[in-house]
Amino acid sequence: MSGSPFPVIASLDALAGALFLLAALGVVATRQVLASLRLFILQSLLLAFSAVLLGIGLGSIHLLAVAVITIATKAMLIPWLLRRTLSAEVYRTREIERALNIPSSLLLSAILIMLAYVIANPLLAAVSAPFAAINLPLGIAVIFLGAITIAVRREAVPQMLGLLVVENGVFFAGIAIVPDLPVIAELAAAVDVPVIVLVIGLLTRQIYRRLGTTSVGRLAALREH
Amino acid sequence: MELVLILVIPVLASVVALAPTGRRHAAPATLVATALVLVLAAQVATETARQGARQAGNGWLTCDGLGGLVLVLVALVAFAAALFSWGYIAARPDQHPLRDVQRYYGLYNLFVLSMLAVPLLANVALMWIAVELTTLLSAFLVGYENTAEALEAAWKYVILTTLGAVFALLGFLILYWGLRVAGGESFTWVGLGEAAPHMPPALLWTAFLLILVGFGTKVGLVPMHTWLPDAHSQAPASICALLSGIETTTALYVLLRLFPVVSGGQGLDPGPWFIGFGLISVGTAALLLIYVRDFKRMFAFSTVEHMGIILVAAGLGGAEAHLGAAYQVTGHALAKSFCFFAAGVTVMAAGTQEIAGVRGLIRSSPTAAVALVAGGFAIAGAPPFAIFVSELVILKAGLAAGHFIVIGLLALFVTVAFCAVMFHINRMVFGSDLDQPTMAAIPVSSKITLAVAAVPLVVVGVFVPAPVHALLQAAAAAIGG
Repeated sequence: MSGSPFPVIASLDALAGALFLLAALGVVATRQVLASLRLFILQSLLLAFSAVLLGIGLGSIHLLAVAVITIATKAMLIPWLLRRTLSAEVYRTREIERALNIPSSLLLSAILIMLAYVIANPLLAAVSAPFAAINLPLGIAVIFLGAITIAVRREAVPQMLGLLVVENGVFFAGIAIVPDLPVIAELAAAVDVPVIVLVIGLLTRQIYRRLGTTSVGRLAALREH
Repeated sequence: MELVLILVIPVLASVVALAPTGRRHAAPATLVATALVLVLAAQVATETARQGARQAGNGWLTCDGLGGLVLVLVALVAFAAALFSWGYIAARPDQHPLRDVQRYYGLYNLFVLSMLAVPLLANVALMWIAVELTTLLSAFLVGYENTAEALEAAWKYVILTTLGAVFALLGFLILYWGLRVAGGESFTWVGLGEAAPHMPPALLWTAFLLILVGFGTKVGLVPMHTWLPDAHSQAPASICALLSGIETTTALYVLLRLFPVVSGGQGLDPGPWFIGFGLISVGTAALLLIYVRDFKRMFAFSTVEHMGIILVAAGLGGAEAHLGAAYQVTGHALAKSFCFFAAGVTVMAAGTQEIAGVRGLIRSSPTAAVALVAGGFAIAGAPPFAIFVSELVILKAGLAAGHFIVIGLLALFVTVAFCAVMFHINRMVFGSDLDQPTMAAIPVSSKITLAVAAVPLVVVGVFVPAPVHALLQAAAAAIGG
């Protein structure tokens, strides 16, 4: 970013952002449940990396706290929680059938990534915030990719990971637009995400025990006739 | 002080319910707790209507007219549903071990707590967490029956409404961004309202659309409503009363709060978006009401219809329309919770949720039949119930403001919905084709709940007591900003 006062930090942030987006595309496209989980952990680490970079660039101690919280919850606590609540069989699952095949999902992703820039541009034109030009559109793009994951994947764990990818996207955008994030928001990140994982994990376990499958996308008893 | 107590009591009740000794105490503790909260909430709401907004806990808690209205409605439905749970949940020990019942009451109190917190929390970020928790704490209540259908409903409910809430979170972060750009400090609805005229309109507008779509999912606005009829038909009837009667309202409350903030932005008018989403929701719900086959789903679609009507009323603008919106919020909470109690009683009496499976209910179970007819009239908008009055107020206000097309469509959809609901209920109650299977007896507590829930329903419809009227006007003023 030429206009930035921190060219090195901005370049590194752009790199982190690009990898962040790629990890989200990976979650959309991977068949293996375990591989999706690893991609999500990688993505969370990239979010933490970006938060550290912006924390240095903007001199914000809050962002360093966000980085610590992100690593503690998303890279450590969540995988642990999932291992505690779900049996190994759930992770060994391979998704063969999806609501939309992989090439079409990726094409849809590409369209929505462009849409993310269309949405972000008026905001960036209205207010100049350092790093927002990198983080805001990429964050919005990742929000869309997470939503696609929920829509096209049928296994319970990948759908939940889609939700968490959306959450990551929100925070990736958030660290650039509100670097003085109130303590409250950090609290939200620290408490909300593990609760989501705990609730959805326990629900997945209940579904597995009751129905013998975690292919929630196939449950279709409820609909209008 | 009362505001703090309102949030502390449900926590205590939840602890009592989950404690190892709580087997026998869970139900009575919940009933006592919700009764206490109701008394406190009514007191807070009356005082707020008389003396204006109040604060507590160093400014972290607040309550104004709209907050007071939502607060007292949450407390009222929570009390009635706790009473209904007594016989409905405990009456079936064969299906659920005591441990499940304890967990039910533990989560019940926490779920109620999260809904009470939404109108009370001053900080908007904390309020967002409270809305998010309403979903997470009620997920296992939706899936309580542990059937394939209930688990499917719980799954869709959690995934879709949480997805919506996370979209809304980006909206709130952008709102905070705008607040900081405008030089504001305090991330409260009041602070946002003051800063709105100085915010870059692009920020405010993007935040508005994100929150409208995000929390609109939780309100059940079409086309984000797909989870709602599932969750609201598969949960136990007592939980349906909470979900349909007030949980949707707590999410709608956020949108009603946002309305005056966005209206305050430079050259921004959220009205047409409210009216657009509202009309699409009312119209779609009216059509689905014709084809619906499950009577709990019927009441769920009626919730989508009511949410749409409230959104249209808010979008129309003007003191009269906003009074209508506040009135409709009240009428909906009272009538819809009553309907789900009636539906629960009907399920117990007939053993099915299929509309086609219930015929001649008036002969086999007069209690259920009378409740269904009364509930049907109440939600469809017939006199002497509150929704008749509120819909009339909204239609009149819209005509007076010259919105003829909007009001014409609204009147058409409301009429279709009325006929559809009455058609189904008429067949269930008076039709005579089937040999009814043997019925389970209706617990006394369920009958008492129906009687208790009917009182405010009729009172608010026939004559509005002065304190209630003052509260409605204070709420309407808050929507107007």
